[in-house]
Amino acid sequence: MRPLSIVAHTAVSAMGVGLAATRAALRERRGGLAPCDLPGTPEGIWVGRVPGVEAVALPEALARFACRNNRLAELALGADGFAEAVAEARARHGAERIAVVLGTSTAGIEQTERAYRRRDAAGRLPPDFDFEHTHDLYALPRYVRARLGLRGPALVVSTACTSGARAWLDAAALIEAGVADAAVVGGVDTLCRMTLHGFAALELLARGGPTRPCAPDRDGISIGEAAAFALLERPRPGARGGLALLGAGASTDGHHMSAPHPEGLGAAAAMRAALEAAGLAPRDIGYVNLHGTGTRANDAMEDRAVTAVFGPRGVPCSSTKGWSGHALGASGALEATIAALCIEDGLIPGCLGVAEPDPGFASAVVTENREARLDRVLSNSFGFGGNNCALVIGRLGA
Amino acid sequence: MRAEVVGVAVLGPGLPGWAASAPVLAGAAPYTPAPVALPPPAALPPTERRRASPAVRLALAAAAEAAAASGLPPAGLETVFASSNGDGRVVGAILEALAAPDGVISPTQFHNSVHNAAAGYWSIAAASQRPSVALGGHDHAFAAGLLHAAARVAATGAPVLLCAYDAPLDEPLAQCRRTEVPFAAALVLAPPGRATPAAAACARLAIAYRAEPAPPSPPAATALDALAAANPAARALPLLRALARREAGRIVLPLLEDGRLEVAVAPC
Repeated sequence: MRPLSIVAHTAVSAMGVGLAATRAALRERRGGLAPCDLPGTPEGIWVGRVPGVEAVALPEALARFACRNNRLAELALGADGFAEAVAEARARHGAERIAVVLGTSTAGIEQTERAYRRRDAAGRLPPDFDFEHTHDLYALPRYVRARLGLRGPALVVSTACTSGARAWLDAAALIEAGVADAAVVGGVDTLCRMTLHGFAALELLARGGPTRPCAPDRDGISIGEAAAFALLERPRPGARGGLALLGAGASTDGHHMSAPHPEGLGAAAAMRAALEAAGLAPRDIGYVNLHGTGTRANDAMEDRAVTAVFGPRGVPCSSTKGWSGHALGASGALEATIAALCIEDGLIPGCLGVAEPDPGFASAVVTENREARLDRVLSNSFGFGGNNCALVIGRLGA
Repeated sequence: MRAEVVGVAVLGPGLPGWAASAPVLAGAAPYTPAPVALPPPAALPPTERRRASPAVRLALAAAAEAAAASGLPPAGLETVFASSNGDGRVVGAILEALAAPDGVISPTQFHNSVHNAAAGYWSIAAASQRPSVALGGHDHAFAAGLLHAAARVAATGAPVLLCAYDAPLDEPLAQCRRTEVPFAAALVLAPPGRATPAAAACARLAIAYRAEPAPPSPPAATALDALAAANPAARALPLLRALARREAGRIVLPLLEDGRLEVAVAPC
């Protein structure tokens, strides 16, 4: 694929609002996970909650979209001058030539959970519940598109925990096919009872403390919430050295709905596809941002897959979910942005809260921050349904 | 964007597969609504087969029919699944359980609630490692899926299986989202000039997005027209009818309030 410039980007997670807060958290090894204080959620778990989401106001004309997911989206659109950068792109390309392609796994379902608790005696949902503009998956890109004054096509990608990464890949296809000249990509997912209780039912949540991906005694996921956006367009003259999406690859396991293929065949296939799309060899990658959820099965599988592609101790790798928690459908988008920050800052962030990586792992898991010149980073995302996606973020022409 | 239709499928009330439905869609035979039979997906392992929900059965039946019609090996097809509600019945059951005092939900229901559940079961059934994406799109999920499938064909040069499906919801979600009948449509799209001899229905498509609203659709005159209002996936009907007629034509599908897809259809 032809590379696409990352003209602007932003992220909001438990690490902070905006890129400055996110990169400070990484550098200072300050995680955003805390004991869960949301009502009606499983006992003893930690989450990555974004403070103040409830208080974010949407523009009056778009008030029908009000729900936790779109409020978090709004918070991110207002950070790092992202909305202003999109306005400049709109002037450059025309509103109808900018697509919106966003990933989410649960959209505004937190609003529906509230509505279910307010049903009348006949079991009907309250009349003020707006399914179409909150619960519905398409509500997210429709909100963002309207908020940014765009007129191009909009897609919502919902492939569980790869959604936010797949959105980058799918937007690249729209640009490659000539449907759009630029795209707002990313992902938004918010804390809700459905995912907290769902992962609890699968016995995949870390208990009594934050998630510790790649640790020998890791015991599961801490769920987080995040919104991350990027503006992608074809490189302009003089873009050399700038941040870009260099490649994207996807695959499926065809194995099981919720358990990854034990040898990570699908995961390795996605990484190889991303490298091939970027025209790169494994040695060209300076750091791998792992999916690294902190479950026994994912991290072991991913270790085998990374080792299969990069060789034993072949490339430094780590998971940043110890900072943000697993932001599910937003995680791939958040971590693509983290990959870009690592390149800009020359930083390999070692897994947080992990003294030594699992001694059974053959990959080069990093557990302390390391300074390094990075030109290209590969970011992994895997999800239920055996869905896999890998992105290569790097400097143009480096 | 240009693509060729090398496989097509339909499954809905009175539309039991492409071969039986093409004369009805072409207007050469009368339309008679009838209940939709949703067979357990034969290609799934026994445990998954038994547990497959109506929404998964619906999607996999249409996907399998279109893949078979294309003559291409199912394992080699990249997939785009498009659905307004996914497995909305499972989502509804989870919301119901969450509203109960203990809030405990079923682990199997949880992994089946993801929007890409049908896509995931398809990959298992087809033993496929090919890329797969699941899109939403409310009333415009089919149009979004068609746009994206064509873009993937154009970007990668490889064939893509597109499957749009929606199944009825239970109360109280059904109040908010009208889906009265099950309906699925599937297409295998391929780069121009690569059609296989086995193709059941063959047409060339030229697809473009325009940032202009679609003209309002005329009121439903027949029971077949009325399906489009009863199921988001049935918004595929104008294209299915054009394919069944095997005549050149141009159809317009709304995509967002202020946008549309223009699809030129030419028989091969």
